[in-house]
Amino acid sequence: MSMNVEHLSFAYGEREVLRDVSFSVEYGEFLSVLGPNGVGKSTLFRCMLGLLTPTAGAAYIGGQAVASLSARQLSEKIAYIPQSHNPVFNFSVFDMVLMGTTAQTGSFASPGKRQRSRANKALDRLGIFDLKDRGYGSLSGGERQLVLIARAIAQEAKVLVMDEPSAALDFGNRMRVMHTVQSLTRDGYAVIQSTHDPEQAYMYSDKILALQGGRVAAFGTPQDTMDAALVSALYGVDVEVCSMRGDKIRVCIPASL
Amino acid sequence: MTKKKTYLPYSVIIALMAAALGLCIVGSVVLGRYPIGLRELCGIIGSKFMDVEPFWKPVQESLLLNHRLPRILLACLVGCCLSAAGAAYQGVFQNPMAAPDILGASNGAAFGAALAILLGFGGGMVTAFAFAASLLTVGAVIYVGGKARGKRVLGLVLSGIMIGSLVSSGTSFIKLVADPEDQLPAITYWLMGSLNGASPKDVLFALFPMALGLVPLHLLRWRINILTLGDEEAQTMGVNARRLRTVVILAATLATAASVSVSGVIGWVGLVIPHLTRRMVGNNYKYLMPASMLFGAIFLLMVDNLSRNLLATEIPLGILTSLIGAPFFIYLITRDGERH
Repeated sequence: MSMNVEHLSFAYGEREVLRDVSFSVEYGEFLSVLGPNGVGKSTLFRCMLGLLTPTAGAAYIGGQAVASLSARQLSEKIAYIPQSHNPVFNFSVFDMVLMGTTAQTGSFASPGKRQRSRANKALDRLGIFDLKDRGYGSLSGGERQLVLIARAIAQEAKVLVMDEPSAALDFGNRMRVMHTVQSLTRDGYAVIQSTHDPEQAYMYSDKILALQGGRVAAFGTPQDTMDAALVSALYGVDVEVCSMRGDKIRVCIPASL
Repeated sequence: MTKKKTYLPYSVIIALMAAALGLCIVGSVVLGRYPIGLRELCGIIGSKFMDVEPFWKPVQESLLLNHRLPRILLACLVGCCLSAAGAAYQGVFQNPMAAPDILGASNGAAFGAALAILLGFGGGMVTAFAFAASLLTVGAVIYVGGKARGKRVLGLVLSGIMIGSLVSSGTSFIKLVADPEDQLPAITYWLMGSLNGASPKDVLFALFPMALGLVPLHLLRWRINILTLGDEEAQTMGVNARRLRTVVILAATLATAASVSVSGVIGWVGLVIPHLTRRMVGNNYKYLMPASMLFGAIFLLMVDNLSRNLLATEIPLGILTSLIGAPFFIYLITRDGERH
Protein backbone atom coordinates (compact mmCIF):
# COMPACT_ATOMS: atom_id res chain seq x y z
CA MET A 1 0.00 0.00 0.00
CA SER A 2 1.64 3.24 -1.00
CA MET A 3 -0.81 6.06 -0.48
CA ASN A 4 -4.22 5.78 1.07
CA VAL A 5 -6.66 8.42 2.07
CA GLU A 6 -9.25 7.53 4.68
CA HIS A 7 -12.46 9.44 5.35
CA LEU A 8 -10.71 12.71 4.68
CA SER A 9 -12.69 15.93 5.08
CA PHE A 10 -11.47 19.48 4.76
CA ALA A 11 -13.09 22.87 5.27
CA TYR A 12 -11.81 26.40 4.79
CA GLY A 13 -13.44 27.93 7.84
CA GLU A 14 -17.17 27.28 7.43
CA ARG A 15 -16.93 26.26 3.80
CA GLU A 16 -16.59 22.52 3.47
CA VAL A 17 -14.59 21.50 0.43
CA LEU A 18 -13.98 17.78 0.86
CA ARG A 19 -16.21 15.32 2.65
CA ASP A 20 -15.38 11.76 3.59
CA VAL A 21 -12.99 11.07 0.72
CA SER A 22 -11.38 7.61 0.70
CA PHE A 23 -9.20 5.89 -1.90
CA SER A 24 -5.85 4.20 -2.27
CA VAL A 25 -3.05 3.92 -4.81
CA GLU A 26 -0.38 1.22 -5.03
CA TYR A 27 3.17 1.66 -6.28
CA GLY A 28 3.16 1.13 -10.03
CA GLU A 29 -0.35 2.50 -10.40
CA PHE A 30 -1.56 5.57 -12.23
CA LEU A 31 -4.54 7.33 -10.66
CA SER A 32 -6.43 10.14 -12.37
CA VAL A 33 -8.58 12.47 -10.32
CA LEU A 34 -11.51 13.82 -12.33
CA GLY A 35 -13.95 16.51 -11.43
CA PRO A 36 -15.21 19.93 -12.48
CA ASN A 37 -13.37 23.14 -11.61
CA GLY A 38 -13.46 24.02 -7.93
CA VAL A 39 -14.47 20.54 -6.79
CA GLY A 40 -11.50 20.30 -4.42
CA LYS A 41 -8.87 18.42 -6.44
CA SER A 42 -6.15 20.88 -5.46
CA THR A 43 -7.31 20.89 -1.85
CA LEU A 44 -7.14 17.10 -1.81
CA PHE A 45 -3.60 17.23 -3.20
CA ARG A 46 -2.57 19.80 -0.60
CA CYS A 47 -3.85 17.51 2.15
CA MET A 48 -1.91 14.58 0.68
CA LEU A 49 1.26 16.69 0.45
CA GLY A 50 1.00 17.89 4.03
CA LEU A 51 0.41 21.51 3.02
CA LEU A 52 -3.04 21.48 4.62
CA THR A 53 -4.22 19.56 7.66
CA PRO A 54 -7.51 17.70 7.12
CA THR A 55 -10.35 18.64 9.46
CA ALA A 56 -11.25 14.95 9.75
CA GLY A 57 -9.77 11.69 8.51
CA ALA A 58 -6.21 11.45 7.25
CA ALA A 59 -3.88 10.68 4.38
CA TYR A 60 -1.37 7.88 4.93
CA ILE A 61 1.79 7.19 3.02
CA GLY A 62 3.46 3.81 3.51
CA GLY A 63 1.22 3.39 6.57
CA GLN A 64 2.34 6.65 8.25
CA ALA A 65 0.02 9.62 8.65
CA VAL A 66 1.13 12.52 6.48
CA ALA A 67 0.42 14.97 9.30
CA SER A 68 2.92 13.18 11.56
CA LEU A 69 5.85 13.57 9.14
CA SER A 70 8.18 16.57 8.82
CA ALA A 71 8.58 18.38 5.49
CA ARG A 72 11.90 16.64 4.98
CA GLN A 73 10.54 13.17 5.75
CA LEU A 74 7.58 13.77 3.46
CA SER A 75 9.81 14.94 0.65
CA GLU A 76 11.50 11.52 0.67
CA LYS A 77 8.18 9.82 0.06
CA ILE A 78 6.04 12.13 -2.02
CA ALA A 79 6.90 14.74 -4.65
CA TYR A 80 4.75 17.45 -6.13
CA ILE A 81 4.86 18.42 -9.77
CA PRO A 82 3.12 21.76 -10.29
CA GLN A 83 1.74 23.00 -13.57
CA SER A 84 4.56 24.37 -15.68
CA HIS A 85 4.97 27.92 -14.50
CA ASN A 86 6.93 31.03 -15.29
CA PRO A 87 9.65 31.40 -12.69
CA VAL A 88 10.74 34.82 -11.44
CA PHE A 89 14.40 34.02 -12.02
CA ASN A 90 15.62 32.14 -15.04
CA PHE A 91 17.46 29.16 -13.56
CA SER A 92 19.26 26.68 -15.78
CA VAL A 93 17.43 23.41 -16.37
CA PHE A 94 20.13 21.53 -14.49
CA ASP A 95 19.86 23.80 -11.42
CA MET A 96 16.07 23.48 -11.53
CA VAL A 97 16.31 19.67 -11.43
CA LEU A 98 19.07 19.79 -8.82
CA MET A 99 16.74 21.74 -6.53
CA GLY A 100 14.73 18.54 -6.10
CA THR A 101 17.65 17.06 -4.15
CA THR A 102 17.81 19.89 -1.60
CA ALA A 103 16.39 17.94 1.33
CA GLN A 104 19.02 15.23 0.83
CA THR A 105 21.79 17.46 2.19
CA GLY A 106 22.17 19.58 5.32
CA SER A 107 20.63 23.03 5.60
CA PHE A 108 23.97 24.78 5.10
CA ALA A 109 25.17 22.57 2.25
CA SER A 110 24.82 22.76 -1.49
CA PRO A 111 24.06 19.58 -3.46
CA GLY A 112 27.17 17.43 -3.86
CA LYS A 113 28.42 14.87 -6.36
CA ARG A 114 25.76 12.34 -5.46
CA GLN A 115 22.98 14.85 -6.00
CA ARG A 116 24.46 16.03 -9.28
CA SER A 117 24.56 12.53 -10.63
CA ARG A 118 20.94 12.01 -9.55
CA ALA A 119 19.93 15.16 -11.40
CA ASN A 120 21.81 13.98 -14.49
CA LYS A 121 20.12 10.59 -14.32
CA ALA A 122 16.71 12.17 -13.95
CA LEU A 123 17.32 14.37 -17.00
CA ASP A 124 18.46 11.30 -18.90
CA ARG A 125 15.45 9.27 -17.79
CA LEU A 126 13.09 11.87 -19.22
CA GLY A 127 15.08 12.25 -22.43
CA ILE A 128 15.86 15.93 -21.87
CA PHE A 129 19.57 15.71 -21.12
CA ASP A 130 20.24 18.03 -24.07
CA LEU A 131 18.30 20.80 -22.37
CA LYS A 132 20.59 20.71 -19.34
CA ASP A 133 22.32 24.05 -19.91
CA ARG A 134 19.34 25.91 -21.32
CA GLY A 135 17.42 28.46 -19.26
CA TYR A 136 14.19 27.06 -17.82
CA GLY A 137 12.42 30.29 -18.77
CA SER A 138 13.28 29.84 -22.44
CA LEU A 139 11.68 26.37 -22.72
CA SER A 140 8.29 25.49 -24.19
CA GLY A 141 5.45 24.44 -21.89
CA GLY A 142 5.94 20.75 -22.66
CA GLU A 143 9.68 20.90 -21.98
CA ARG A 144 9.10 22.75 -18.71
CA GLN A 145 6.67 20.08 -17.61
CA LEU A 146 9.28 17.40 -18.31
CA VAL A 147 11.88 19.40 -16.32
CA LEU A 148 9.52 19.59 -13.34
CA ILE A 149 8.94 15.83 -13.59
CA ALA A 150 12.72 15.29 -13.71
CA ARG A 151 13.02 17.42 -10.57
CA ALA A 152 10.57 15.13 -8.79
CA ILE A 153 12.51 12.06 -9.97
CA ALA A 154 15.73 13.58 -8.61
CA GLN A 155 13.91 14.07 -5.30
CA GLU A 156 13.71 10.24 -5.15
CA ALA A 157 10.18 10.05 -3.81
CA LYS A 158 8.09 7.17 -5.05
CA VAL A 159 4.71 8.89 -5.02
CA LEU A 160 4.32 11.64 -7.62
CA VAL A 161 1.45 14.11 -7.40
CA MET A 162 0.82 16.11 -10.56
CA ASP A 163 -1.42 19.08 -10.94
CA GLU A 164 -2.93 18.85 -14.43
CA PRO A 165 0.32 17.91 -16.16
CA SER A 166 -1.24 18.05 -19.61
CA ALA A 167 -3.19 21.26 -19.26
CA ALA A 168 -1.95 24.15 -21.41
CA LEU A 169 0.08 21.84 -23.63
CA ASP A 170 -0.41 21.37 -27.36
CA PHE A 171 -1.63 18.07 -28.76
CA GLY A 172 1.78 16.54 -29.40
CA ASN A 173 3.29 17.61 -26.10
CA ARG A 174 0.27 16.38 -24.21
CA MET A 175 0.73 12.92 -25.68
CA ARG A 176 4.47 12.96 -25.06
CA VAL A 177 4.08 14.00 -21.43
CA MET A 178 1.33 11.45 -20.78
CA HIS A 179 3.42 8.64 -22.30
CA THR A 180 6.33 9.63 -20.12
CA VAL A 181 4.16 9.77 -17.03
CA GLN A 182 2.68 6.38 -17.80
CA SER A 183 6.13 4.87 -18.30
CA LEU A 184 7.10 6.06 -14.81
CA THR A 185 4.54 3.72 -13.27
CA ARG A 186 6.44 0.83 -14.85
CA ASP A 187 9.50 1.95 -12.86
CA GLY A 188 7.47 1.51 -9.68
CA TYR A 189 6.26 5.05 -9.12
CA ALA A 190 2.75 5.70 -7.94
CA VAL A 191 1.45 8.58 -10.01
CA ILE A 192 -1.56 10.69 -9.07
CA GLN A 193 -2.69 13.34 -11.51
CA SER A 194 -5.62 15.69 -11.70
CA THR A 195 -7.07 16.18 -15.14
CA HIS A 196 -9.95 17.80 -16.95
CA ASP A 197 -9.95 15.26 -19.72
CA PRO A 198 -11.99 12.08 -19.06
CA GLU A 199 -10.90 10.47 -22.33
CA GLN A 200 -7.25 10.90 -21.45
CA ALA A 201 -7.89 9.59 -17.94
CA TYR A 202 -9.50 6.50 -19.42
CA MET A 203 -6.70 5.89 -21.89
CA TYR A 204 -3.72 6.18 -19.55
CA SER A 205 -4.71 5.48 -15.96
CA ASP A 206 -5.18 2.33 -13.90
CA LYS A 207 -7.73 3.88 -11.60
CA ILE A 208 -10.07 6.83 -11.69
CA LEU A 209 -11.26 8.88 -8.74
CA ALA A 210 -14.18 11.12 -9.59
CA LEU A 211 -15.09 13.94 -7.22
CA GLN A 212 -18.39 15.73 -7.19
CA GLY A 213 -19.43 18.35 -4.66
CA GLY A 214 -16.44 17.41 -2.50
CA ARG A 215 -17.47 13.75 -2.28
CA VAL A 216 -16.31 10.65 -4.10
CA ALA A 217 -18.67 10.06 -7.02
CA ALA A 218 -16.79 7.04 -8.30
CA PHE A 219 -13.55 5.18 -7.60
CA GLY A 220 -12.31 2.16 -9.50
CA THR A 221 -10.87 0.97 -12.79
CA PRO A 222 -11.55 3.17 -15.81
CA GLN A 223 -13.63 0.38 -17.37
CA ASP A 224 -15.93 0.25 -14.34
CA THR A 225 -16.22 3.95 -13.72
CA MET A 226 -16.01 6.00 -16.91
CA ASP A 227 -19.45 5.89 -18.45
CA ALA A 228 -21.99 8.36 -19.82
CA ALA A 229 -23.78 8.66 -16.49
CA LEU A 230 -20.62 9.65 -14.61
CA VAL A 231 -19.30 12.16 -17.16
CA SER A 232 -22.74 13.73 -17.58
CA ALA A 233 -23.17 14.04 -13.83
CA LEU A 234 -19.66 15.43 -13.21
CA TYR A 235 -19.66 18.13 -15.82
CA GLY A 236 -23.39 18.87 -16.12
CA VAL A 237 -23.52 18.19 -19.85
CA ASP A 238 -25.35 15.40 -21.66
CA VAL A 239 -22.78 13.08 -23.24
CA GLU A 240 -22.71 9.72 -24.88
CA VAL A 241 -19.62 7.58 -24.28
CA CYS A 242 -18.53 5.47 -27.23
CA SER A 243 -16.14 2.57 -26.90
CA MET A 244 -13.50 2.07 -29.61
CA ARG A 245 -10.61 -0.25 -30.46
CA GLY A 246 -11.79 -3.12 -28.26
CA ASP A 247 -12.60 -0.75 -25.37
CA LYS A 248 -9.01 0.60 -25.25
CA ILE A 249 -10.43 4.02 -25.90
CA ARG A 250 -13.65 5.68 -24.83
CA VAL A 251 -14.73 8.90 -26.47
CA CYS A 252 -17.22 11.41 -25.10
CA ILE A 253 -19.63 12.87 -27.63
CA PRO A 254 -22.31 15.47 -26.92
CA ALA A 255 -25.64 13.61 -26.77
CA SER A 256 -27.33 16.27 -28.88
CA LEU A 257 -25.10 15.44 -31.83
CA MET B 1 22.52 27.90 -35.56
CA THR B 2 23.60 30.61 -33.21
CA LYS B 3 27.26 30.77 -32.43
CA LYS B 4 28.00 29.33 -29.05
CA LYS B 5 29.98 31.63 -26.84
CA THR B 6 32.51 30.11 -24.52
CA TYR B 7 32.17 31.21 -20.92
CA LEU B 8 34.45 31.04 -17.94
CA PRO B 9 33.24 28.68 -15.21
CA TYR B 10 31.44 30.54 -12.43
CA SER B 11 33.96 29.51 -9.79
CA VAL B 12 36.75 31.04 -11.89
CA ILE B 13 34.78 34.28 -12.24
CA ILE B 14 34.39 34.39 -8.45
CA ALA B 15 38.11 33.74 -7.91
CA LEU B 16 38.93 36.53 -10.36
CA MET B 17 36.59 38.87 -8.50
CA ALA B 18 38.32 38.04 -5.21
CA ALA B 19 41.69 38.80 -6.79
CA ALA B 20 40.34 42.04 -8.22
CA LEU B 21 39.06 43.05 -4.79
CA GLY B 22 42.51 42.44 -3.31
CA LEU B 23 44.11 44.62 -5.98
CA CYS B 24 41.50 47.35 -5.46
CA ILE B 25 42.20 47.41 -1.73
CA VAL B 26 45.94 47.79 -2.24
CA GLY B 27 45.38 50.39 -4.95
CA SER B 28 43.01 52.36 -2.74
CA VAL B 29 45.61 52.67 0.02
CA VAL B 30 47.95 54.42 -2.36
CA LEU B 31 45.22 56.80 -3.52
CA GLY B 32 44.75 59.90 -1.45
CA ARG B 33 45.79 63.47 -0.92
CA TYR B 34 48.58 62.53 1.46
CA PRO B 35 50.89 60.06 -0.32
CA ILE B 36 51.41 56.60 1.13
CA GLY B 37 53.39 54.32 -1.17
CA LEU B 38 53.28 50.54 -1.52
CA ARG B 39 56.60 50.32 0.31
CA GLU B 40 55.21 52.24 3.28
CA LEU B 41 52.08 50.09 3.26
CA CYS B 42 54.11 46.88 3.42
CA GLY B 43 56.40 48.36 6.04
CA ILE B 44 53.65 49.60 8.35
CA ILE B 45 51.60 46.41 8.11
CA GLY B 46 54.74 44.29 8.42
CA SER B 47 55.86 46.15 11.54
CA LYS B 48 52.76 44.86 13.33
CA PHE B 49 53.98 41.31 12.99
CA MET B 50 57.76 41.56 13.02
CA ASP B 51 60.60 43.97 13.64
CA VAL B 52 60.86 46.54 10.89
CA GLU B 53 62.96 49.67 11.20
CA PRO B 54 60.50 52.55 10.52
CA PHE B 55 61.45 54.31 7.30
CA TRP B 56 58.09 56.09 7.06
CA LYS B 57 56.83 59.23 8.75
CA PRO B 58 54.71 58.72 11.90
CA VAL B 59 51.92 60.74 10.30
CA GLN B 60 51.76 58.20 7.48
CA GLU B 61 51.30 55.36 9.94
CA SER B 62 48.61 57.17 11.87
CA LEU B 63 46.81 58.23 8.70
CA LEU B 64 46.90 54.72 7.30
CA LEU B 65 45.80 52.87 10.42
CA ASN B 66 43.29 55.36 11.81
CA HIS B 67 41.72 56.78 8.68
CA ARG B 68 42.52 55.32 5.32
CA LEU B 69 42.50 51.61 6.11
CA PRO B 70 39.32 51.71 8.26
CA ARG B 71 37.58 53.66 5.54
CA ILE B 72 38.64 51.19 2.86
CA LEU B 73 37.57 48.22 4.95
CA LEU B 74 34.26 49.87 5.76
CA ALA B 75 33.59 50.64 2.10
CA CYS B 76 34.19 46.98 1.26
CA LEU B 77 32.04 45.73 4.12
CA VAL B 78 29.15 48.08 3.41
CA GLY B 79 29.19 47.27 -0.31
CA CYS B 80 29.37 43.58 0.46
CA CYS B 81 26.49 43.70 2.96
CA LEU B 82 24.17 45.87 0.90
CA SER B 83 24.49 43.79 -2.20
CA ALA B 84 24.27 40.47 -0.34
CA ALA B 85 21.15 41.71 1.45
CA GLY B 86 19.69 42.91 -1.84
CA ALA B 87 20.27 39.55 -3.47
CA ALA B 88 18.72 37.79 -0.47
CA TYR B 89 15.64 40.03 -0.39
CA GLN B 90 15.15 39.55 -4.13
CA GLY B 91 15.02 35.81 -3.57
CA VAL B 92 12.82 35.91 -0.50
CA PHE B 93 10.30 38.26 -2.08
CA GLN B 94 10.53 36.52 -5.45
CA ASN B 95 10.96 39.92 -6.95
CA PRO B 96 13.97 41.16 -8.91
CA MET B 97 13.08 44.73 -7.93
CA ALA B 98 13.53 44.17 -4.20
CA ALA B 99 16.29 46.15 -2.48
CA PRO B 100 17.70 46.17 1.07
CA ASP B 101 15.38 49.02 2.09
CA ILE B 102 12.25 47.05 1.14
CA LEU B 103 11.47 46.40 4.81
CA GLY B 104 12.27 49.92 5.95
CA ALA B 105 15.82 49.34 7.23
CA SER B 106 17.17 52.53 5.62
CA ASN B 107 14.16 54.64 6.60
CA GLY B 108 14.56 53.47 10.17
CA ALA B 109 18.29 54.18 10.23
CA ALA B 110 17.71 57.66 8.80
CA PHE B 111 15.17 58.41 11.51
CA GLY B 112 17.47 57.14 14.25
CA ALA B 113 20.41 59.17 12.99
CA ALA B 114 18.32 62.33 12.57
CA LEU B 115 16.93 61.91 16.09
CA ALA B 116 20.42 61.45 17.55
CA ILE B 117 21.67 64.57 15.76
CA LEU B 118 18.63 66.55 16.95
CA LEU B 119 19.29 65.47 20.53
CA GLY B 120 22.82 66.79 20.18
CA PHE B 121 24.67 63.47 20.10
CA GLY B 122 27.58 62.93 17.79
CA GLY B 123 29.75 60.19 16.31
CA GLY B 124 29.19 56.79 17.86
CA MET B 125 25.78 57.63 19.31
CA VAL B 126 24.45 58.57 15.87
CA THR B 127 25.54 55.18 14.59
CA ALA B 128 24.05 53.36 17.57
CA PHE B 129 20.74 55.24 17.27
CA ALA B 130 20.61 54.52 13.53
CA PHE B 131 21.29 50.83 14.07
CA ALA B 132 18.68 50.46 16.81
CA ALA B 133 16.03 52.41 14.92
CA SER B 134 16.70 50.41 11.79
CA LEU B 135 16.19 47.10 13.58
CA LEU B 136 13.10 48.40 15.40
CA THR B 137 11.54 49.55 12.14
CA VAL B 138 12.09 46.21 10.43
CA GLY B 139 10.80 44.46 13.55
CA ALA B 140 7.62 46.51 13.37
CA VAL B 141 7.27 45.75 9.65
CA ILE B 142 7.61 42.02 10.25
CA TYR B 143 5.13 42.18 13.13
CA VAL B 144 2.52 44.08 11.11
CA GLY B 145 3.21 41.97 8.01
CA GLY B 146 2.55 38.83 10.05
CA LYS B 147 -0.85 40.20 11.08
CA ALA B 148 -1.80 41.01 7.49
CA ARG B 149 -4.36 38.73 5.95
CA GLY B 150 -3.78 36.99 2.66
CA LYS B 151 -0.41 36.34 1.09
CA ARG B 152 2.41 36.52 3.60
CA VAL B 153 5.06 37.93 1.29
CA LEU B 154 2.74 40.60 -0.08
CA GLY B 155 1.72 41.55 3.46
CA LEU B 156 5.37 42.05 4.38
CA VAL B 157 6.10 44.22 1.36
CA LEU B 158 3.02 46.36 1.90
CA SER B 159 3.69 46.86 5.57
CA GLY B 160 7.31 47.71 4.64
CA ILE B 161 6.07 50.48 2.36
CA MET B 162 3.58 51.80 4.93
CA ILE B 163 5.81 51.77 7.99
CA GLY B 164 8.72 53.01 5.90
CA SER B 165 6.77 56.09 4.86
CA LEU B 166 5.52 56.58 8.42
CA VAL B 167 9.10 56.64 9.67
CA SER B 168 10.15 58.93 6.81
CA SER B 169 7.56 61.48 7.82
CA GLY B 170 9.12 61.35 11.29
CA THR B 171 12.51 62.10 9.74
CA SER B 172 11.03 65.01 7.79
CA PHE B 173 9.54 66.39 10.96
CA ILE B 174 12.89 66.21 12.72
CA LYS B 175 14.47 68.10 9.81
CA LEU B 176 11.76 70.73 10.16
CA VAL B 177 12.44 71.38 13.83
CA ALA B 178 16.23 70.90 13.66
CA ASP B 179 18.53 73.87 14.04
CA PRO B 180 19.12 75.05 10.44
CA GLU B 181 22.60 76.30 11.32
CA ASP B 182 24.31 73.06 12.22
CA GLN B 183 21.85 70.20 12.83
CA LEU B 184 19.96 70.35 9.55
CA PRO B 185 23.09 70.27 7.38
CA ALA B 186 24.43 67.39 9.48
CA ILE B 187 21.21 65.43 8.99
CA THR B 188 21.07 66.18 5.27
CA TYR B 189 24.68 65.17 4.85
CA TRP B 190 24.12 61.94 6.77
CA LEU B 191 21.15 61.10 4.58
CA MET B 192 23.28 61.38 1.46
CA GLY B 193 25.58 58.71 2.77
CA SER B 194 29.30 58.98 3.35
CA LEU B 195 32.20 57.09 4.83
CA ASN B 196 34.00 60.29 5.67
CA GLY B 197 35.49 60.11 9.14
CA ALA B 198 35.38 56.32 9.34
CA SER B 199 37.40 55.17 12.33
CA PRO B 200 38.67 51.81 13.56
CA LYS B 201 35.85 52.00 16.13
CA ASP B 202 33.25 52.13 13.36
CA VAL B 203 34.72 49.04 11.76
CA LEU B 204 34.61 47.19 15.06
CA PHE B 205 31.07 48.35 15.76
CA ALA B 206 29.77 47.21 12.39
CA LEU B 207 31.80 44.04 12.01
CA PHE B 208 29.90 41.83 14.43
CA PRO B 209 26.33 42.42 13.18
CA MET B 210 27.59 42.35 9.60
CA ALA B 211 29.22 38.98 10.11
CA LEU B 212 26.11 37.75 11.88
CA GLY B 213 24.20 38.62 8.73
CA LEU B 214 26.66 37.65 6.04
CA VAL B 215 27.64 34.22 7.36
CA PRO B 216 24.10 32.75 7.39
CA LEU B 217 23.35 34.31 4.00
CA HIS B 218 26.42 32.63 2.58
CA LEU B 219 25.71 29.28 4.22
CA LEU B 220 22.04 29.20 3.25
CA ARG B 221 22.65 30.40 -0.30
CA TRP B 222 21.59 27.20 -2.07
CA ARG B 223 18.32 27.11 -0.14
CA ILE B 224 17.45 30.66 -1.16
CA ASN B 225 17.01 29.20 -4.66
CA ILE B 226 14.19 27.04 -3.35
CA LEU B 227 12.49 30.03 -1.70
CA THR B 228 12.23 31.76 -5.09
CA LEU B 229 9.87 28.99 -6.22
CA GLY B 230 7.26 29.88 -3.61
CA ASP B 231 6.27 28.35 -0.30
CA GLU B 232 4.28 25.36 -1.49
CA GLU B 233 6.89 24.06 -3.88
CA ALA B 234 9.62 24.64 -1.30
CA GLN B 235 7.62 22.76 1.31
CA THR B 236 7.06 19.74 -0.95
CA MET B 237 10.80 19.65 -1.60
CA GLY B 238 11.39 19.24 2.11
CA VAL B 239 12.29 22.84 2.94
CA ASN B 240 10.53 24.64 5.77
CA ALA B 241 9.87 27.79 3.79
CA ARG B 242 8.55 29.94 6.62
CA ARG B 243 11.45 29.25 8.93
CA LEU B 244 14.02 29.65 6.17
CA ARG B 245 12.50 32.94 5.05
CA THR B 246 12.54 34.27 8.59
CA VAL B 247 16.22 33.40 9.03
CA VAL B 248 17.17 34.93 5.68
CA ILE B 249 15.20 38.12 6.37
CA LEU B 250 16.79 38.47 9.81
CA ALA B 251 20.29 37.96 8.43
CA ALA B 252 19.77 40.38 5.54
CA THR B 253 18.27 42.95 7.91
CA LEU B 254 21.21 42.75 10.31
CA ALA B 255 23.66 43.26 7.47
CA THR B 256 21.66 46.19 6.08
CA ALA B 257 21.12 47.90 9.42
CA ALA B 258 24.80 47.62 10.34
CA SER B 259 25.76 49.08 6.97
CA VAL B 260 23.44 52.05 6.83
CA SER B 261 24.13 52.92 10.45
CA VAL B 262 27.82 53.48 9.70
CA SER B 263 27.56 54.80 6.16
CA GLY B 264 24.28 56.67 6.00
CA VAL B 265 21.76 55.99 3.28
CA ILE B 266 23.41 54.54 0.20
CA GLY B 267 20.65 53.47 -2.11
CA TRP B 268 21.01 51.66 -5.33
CA VAL B 269 23.91 49.30 -4.57
CA GLY B 270 21.63 46.62 -3.13
CA LEU B 271 19.33 46.70 -6.12
CA VAL B 272 21.75 46.99 -8.96
CA ILE B 273 24.82 45.02 -7.96
CA PRO B 274 22.88 41.75 -7.59
CA HIS B 275 21.39 42.41 -11.02
CA LEU B 276 24.73 42.95 -12.66
CA THR B 277 26.02 39.86 -10.90
CA ARG B 278 23.10 37.79 -12.21
CA ARG B 279 24.29 38.70 -15.69
CA MET B 280 27.76 37.40 -14.90
CA VAL B 281 27.15 34.22 -12.91
CA GLY B 282 23.46 33.47 -13.45
CA ASN B 283 20.63 33.18 -10.96
CA ASN B 284 21.86 30.23 -8.90
CA TYR B 285 22.50 31.67 -5.43
CA LYS B 286 25.31 29.20 -4.90
CA TYR B 287 27.41 31.47 -7.12
CA LEU B 288 25.26 34.59 -7.07
CA MET B 289 25.66 35.19 -3.32
CA PRO B 290 29.48 35.19 -3.08
CA ALA B 291 29.81 37.00 -6.42
CA SER B 292 27.38 39.71 -5.27
CA MET B 293 29.32 40.14 -2.04
CA LEU B 294 32.62 40.56 -3.86
CA PHE B 295 31.25 42.74 -6.62
CA GLY B 296 29.42 44.96 -4.12
CA ALA B 297 32.65 45.42 -2.16
CA ILE B 298 34.62 46.30 -5.29
CA PHE B 299 31.95 48.70 -6.52
CA LEU B 300 31.53 50.64 -3.30
CA LEU B 301 35.28 50.81 -2.74
CA MET B 302 35.81 52.30 -6.20
CA VAL B 303 32.98 54.77 -5.75
CA ASP B 304 34.33 55.78 -2.35
CA ASN B 305 37.76 56.34 -3.89
CA LEU B 306 36.16 58.76 -6.31
CA SER B 307 34.23 60.32 -3.46
CA ARG B 308 37.38 61.18 -1.54
CA ASN B 309 39.72 61.96 -4.45
CA LEU B 310 37.71 63.50 -7.26
CA LEU B 311 37.15 66.96 -5.84
CA ALA B 312 38.75 68.95 -3.06
CA THR B 313 35.58 68.43 -1.00
CA GLU B 314 33.98 65.05 -0.43
CA ILE B 315 31.14 64.06 -2.72
CA PRO B 316 28.54 62.05 -0.77
CA LEU B 317 28.43 58.39 -1.76
CA GLY B 318 24.69 58.33 -2.27
CA ILE B 319 25.05 60.85 -5.08
CA LEU B 320 27.94 59.08 -6.75
CA THR B 321 26.50 55.58 -6.65
CA SER B 322 23.55 56.64 -8.78
CA LEU B 323 25.59 58.98 -10.95
CA ILE B 324 28.00 56.23 -11.95
CA GLY B 325 25.78 53.21 -11.56
CA ALA B 326 22.66 54.24 -13.40
CA PRO B 327 24.21 54.83 -16.85
CA PHE B 328 26.26 51.65 -16.48
CA PHE B 329 23.16 49.72 -15.58
CA ILE B 330 21.21 51.14 -18.52
CA TYR B 331 24.02 50.06 -20.81
CA LEU B 332 23.90 46.54 -19.40
CA ILE B 333 20.15 45.98 -19.53
CA THR B 334 19.97 47.12 -23.12
CA ARG B 335 22.61 44.56 -24.08
CA ASP B 336 21.46 40.96 -24.34
CA GLY B 337 23.24 37.82 -23.30
CA GLU B 338 21.91 36.76 -19.93
CA ARG B 339 23.48 33.77 -18.25
CA HIS B 340 21.55 31.34 -16.15
